[in-house]
Amino acid sequence: MRTDRGHGFGREFSASYGLVERNFSLVRRYLSWEVVFLFYTIVNTVTIGLIAVERPGEANQRVLYLIVGALLWGFLSVLFMEVSNSISWERWEGTIEYTFMAPIHRLTYLGGVCLFAIAYGVVRTVLILGAVSVFFDIDLGGANLLGGLVVLVASSLSFIGLGLMAAVLPLLSTEKGAQATNILQGFILLISGVYYDVSVLPGWLQPLSVFSPATYTLRAARAALLGGAPTSQLLPEIGLLLLCGVLLIPIGLFIFNLGEGYALRTGKLKRSG
Amino acid sequence: MTGPAISCHKVSKQFIVKNGAKKRVGAMALLRSVVSRLGLMVGGLLAADADSSGSATSQGGADGSQPQKGPKVVKTVDDVSFQVQAGEIFGILGPNGSGKSTLIRMMATLLLPDAGTIKVLDRDTVTETKEVRRLINRVSVEASFFMKLSAMENLRYAARLYGLEPKSASRRAVEILARLGLEEDKIYGPLEDLSRGMQQKVSIARALLTEPAVLLLDEPTTGLDPKSKKDVQDFVLEVREQRGTTIILTSHDMAEAERLCHRVAIIDSGQFVALDTPEGLKGMVTEEPVGREMTLEDVFFSLTGKKLKDNENTKAAAS
Repeated sequence: MRTDRGHGFGREFSASYGLVERNFSLVRRYLSWEVVFLFYTIVNTVTIGLIAVERPGEANQRVLYLIVGALLWGFLSVLFMEVSNSISWERWEGTIEYTFMAPIHRLTYLGGVCLFAIAYGVVRTVLILGAVSVFFDIDLGGANLLGGLVVLVASSLSFIGLGLMAAVLPLLSTEKGAQATNILQGFILLISGVYYDVSVLPGWLQPLSVFSPATYTLRAARAALLGGAPTSQLLPEIGLLLLCGVLLIPIGLFIFNLGEGYALRTGKLKRSG
Repeated sequence: MTGPAISCHKVSKQFIVKNGAKKRVGAMALLRSVVSRLGLMVGGLLAADADSSGSATSQGGADGSQPQKGPKVVKTVDDVSFQVQAGEIFGILGPNGSGKSTLIRMMATLLLPDAGTIKVLDRDTVTETKEVRRLINRVSVEASFFMKLSAMENLRYAARLYGLEPKSASRRAVEILARLGLEEDKIYGPLEDLSRGMQQKVSIARALLTEPAVLLLDEPTTGLDPKSKKDVQDFVLEVREQRGTTIILTSHDMAEAERLCHRVAIIDSGQFVALDTPEGLKGMVTEEPVGREMTLEDVFFSLTGKKLKDNENTKAAAS
């Protein structure tokens, strides 16, 4: 006898949780690879921080500047990649048709993917921060940690929105869609001032930095963590990031639904697309 | 419910198939490709399907000149109409590329028909997609699993997707798998360690967990050893007997169709060429084979002029 969870929100939430549970089970199964990638990210972050150590006098501030950039970008890029590559990975595993045939809202599926991305990103970032703190004497005495956290939460929404928009690309084209996602991520890295102030970018590239939510995230997070800026001072950036999220998430969902309709008409939900 | 379980009325589906076009590489080609597809996607919303119209270039010249390179339109399902009654096992037989899987995908709401309507228990697959998805489940020829996860982890995930209580669904899954001859200890290791036959049994267990009113079996025994094949066939008959499930079975195994199906449709190049009971189909063939009993393969050859094996070597335009 079928035992249902009934209808409505409870059922949809259970389905979203199923996606989180599934993805963490996959992390467990691919644990050796996770360790390898985590190791590489830790080493990458440390080497970036060590660039600043060469300059005595301003070392601590400079190290913090770079580490904050590396950690924030690490978290936001994981968020973006998990959401934008969700379709690619379903297709690679051969499960895309089964998942899309399930009687759940597409928002439920994407919500589960986003929940996992946030949890996974947080765990990863905490582990990297812990490892990095062994190498550097990170002094956060004057930092506004709460303000930094608020900035991170606000920017997560906008990056989820970007990820949702990018998630449609593998629906349109199996291989090229995934490639385009990586190009988009690389472009955001370039223009957002992750490891440098955007003013050092070539003049023709600088105007593009205003379109990246990461630009405001890094600016506000550094102000909070390095400069100890009070949260009230961060409100313009936080407001902008929340606005980005509020706009990008529904736009991303709309675009994703368009992409799904296209895939259903053209038969691109198959494994090979 | 008094109407048919499945009703397909004048259903057609065509695809544009790229033909020998040279692949371009590079960032600009990538950008052009993505932008053009984005445009097609939006255009498809605003107008008739931009991607599946008959506007593709045709091939070849009457004077024997070199065929033009470019996309061509392939009608994978062509004006198909049929009904399946509740509790019936309905077979669709044909070679690779005949349109069987395309038809199944349309019934499974994974593909939108270009023309016609498909209704599952009186719900339209296009306008009432979510309702249809609650009523159906599908077993595909490929094992659609996360291979690194165990059978149980895959089944728990499936249970949550379909709104089932994971613990009771797990118990039910173990019962079904035991009935299919899969030992309990095998369901806790990675699926990739199981044979294809075992994986397909897990696939069937997953489909039956949700107790669908309509079960779509797309070549479920392809690639299985004879014992696994028989186990699956026996189970299909049992499911139909005990639960009254309506079953659509596609296959190019004529013996399987003859054993399981109440009625069989023979499909070739996207069109139904015949639809009847297995005995009725054999009755259509006047020329009896020498020295053996007539099979559905003889029926297929008689109706289409092709041998099934020849067609399996034909490159599928789409499936």
